Amino acid sequence: MENLKNESIEVKLLLDAIYMKYGYDFRNYSKASIKRRIEGFLSQSGIGSISFLQHEILYNQVLFGKLLSQLSVNVTQMFRDPDFYSALIKHVIPELKKKKIIKIWHAGCSTGEEVYSLAIILKEEGLYNKCRIYATDMDEIVLQKAKKAIYPIKYIQEYTLNYNKAGGQKSFNDYYTAKYDFAMLDSGLKENILFSNHNLASDSVFGEMDIIICRNVMIYFDRELQERAFKLFKDSLCARGILCLGSKETIRISEYSDAFEDIVAPQKIYRLTK
Amino acid sequence: MFPDKDAGRENRFEAVVVGVSAGGLKALQVILSELDKKFHPSVIIVQHISPAADNFLPRFLNKKSALPVKQADEKEVIKSGYVYIAPPDYHLLVEEDKTFSLSVDGKINYARPCIDVLFETAAYAYGAALVGLLLTGANRDGSQGLKKIKEAGGLTIVEDPKTAEVPIMPQGAIKTLDVDHILSLRTIAPFLNIQVA
Ligand SMILES: C[S@@+](CC[C@H](N)C(=O)[O-])C[C@H]1O[C@@H](n2cnc3c(N)ncnc32)[C@H](O)[C@@H]1O
Repeated sequence: MENLKNESIEVKLLLDAIYMKYGYDFRNYSKASIKRRIEGFLSQSGIGSISFLQHEILYNQVLFGKLLSQLSVNVTQMFRDPDFYSALIKHVIPELKKKKIIKIWHAGCSTGEEVYSLAIILKEEGLYNKCRIYATDMDEIVLQKAKKAIYPIKYIQEYTLNYNKAGGQKSFNDYYTAKYDFAMLDSGLKENILFSNHNLASDSVFGEMDIIICRNVMIYFDRELQERAFKLFKDSLCARGILCLGSKETIRISEYSDAFEDIVAPQKIYRLTK
Repeated sequence: MFPDKDAGRENRFEAVVVGVSAGGLKALQVILSELDKKFHPSVIIVQHISPAADNFLPRFLNKKSALPVKQADEKEVIKSGYVYIAPPDYHLLVEEDKTFSLSVDGKINYARPCIDVLFETAAYAYGAALVGLLLTGANRDGSQGLKKIKEAGGLTIVEDPKTAEVPIMPQGAIKTLDVDHILSLRTIAPFLNIQVA
């Protein structure tokens, strides 16, 4: 038991060191997942202990870069959870049609698949030209990939199925060009999207949004950091603005719960009451 | 007969983690329908299941069991006497403070949820107060996690490959570590009721 406790101390010290040296703040991430990924990194790199890793990354920035990419979970898909998109089409899109300009913040956008999924829906609903989409992530590497919008062709079959289930009106292959092993998304989808760096653990409000979409990011935060992010979202929304979370995330455990009403509760689509 | 419950040991175990794959629906039904309604430890289950399965398994098993069965929620505090099932398409992790976390990391051992992820994180959180139980399956998932449970001082149980609908997963565990008990499907619940409750 005793050496188990030591590992928690070592993890904490490592995260403190990363924060002090490089400014990345993982101190309030869910510990079990962080610890597993650190251990995975140890066994891959042959480094004997977390404490030794801490020493190494202070002096070896290249090694830190590798650890950083192991610590971030960037897994994403186009039209993941098709029911979420159909709920958007049915319950959110109609009220957006009244607006002149629609500001959307996609927080934790990873390599962009979700952002382009939404862009496709907005095009089909004739709303895209009115939209300004801010797509942010704290990870510069994924943002670069997101801007390129080139994805492995092997996923396209699954994305096509998801698109159809979500209620897509066209044929999914209207939206990409296949080239060797890759699918390049239609560049028209990019026009109104600004990709930029924003860290939910340390950065602040940057605009007033009509919709905020942040899916499968809160699950990696502890309750304290979740509250920080929820407050940031609340403060960034316009009156009666809409918040969308991942299907296993909820505002209902938050102290800001009362500020939001359900639009589609099972799909975690909420609206600011004021 | 099984030995009488000895008082000193009564509260040793806080949780039972269960890993199961192909053939799991029947195996879980047999075990959960026979667990005593006063069964004290939390039961936490990873069943390999299709991403589209949604809430089917907890609802189905809730009807079969005397204990309340529910899907494990993000950040939920793990309570004694409850049975929790990992949501489809997410990994389920136990935090040191005995709450759940979820993750969408890629598949591990071809699976999400992955049994090893639950077992390893639970081993760390519960130490010697944990029971690991690995049932039927066609996968090698769970062996490494069960090993971690044993190393942390917990109790390890594997379904007898002879009664398992698909023996590969229990066989894998038996090869990987020296498991404490190999039990036929029908003796698992009675064993838990007496030795672990
Ligand atoms: C699992 S992905 C989710 C991607 C996408 N939203 C989805 O649901 O498919 C989590 C993303 O959140 C980003 N992330 C993690 N912590 C963050 C933070 N503090 N601020 C901004 N983004 C963060 C990661 O870099 C990663 O790209």
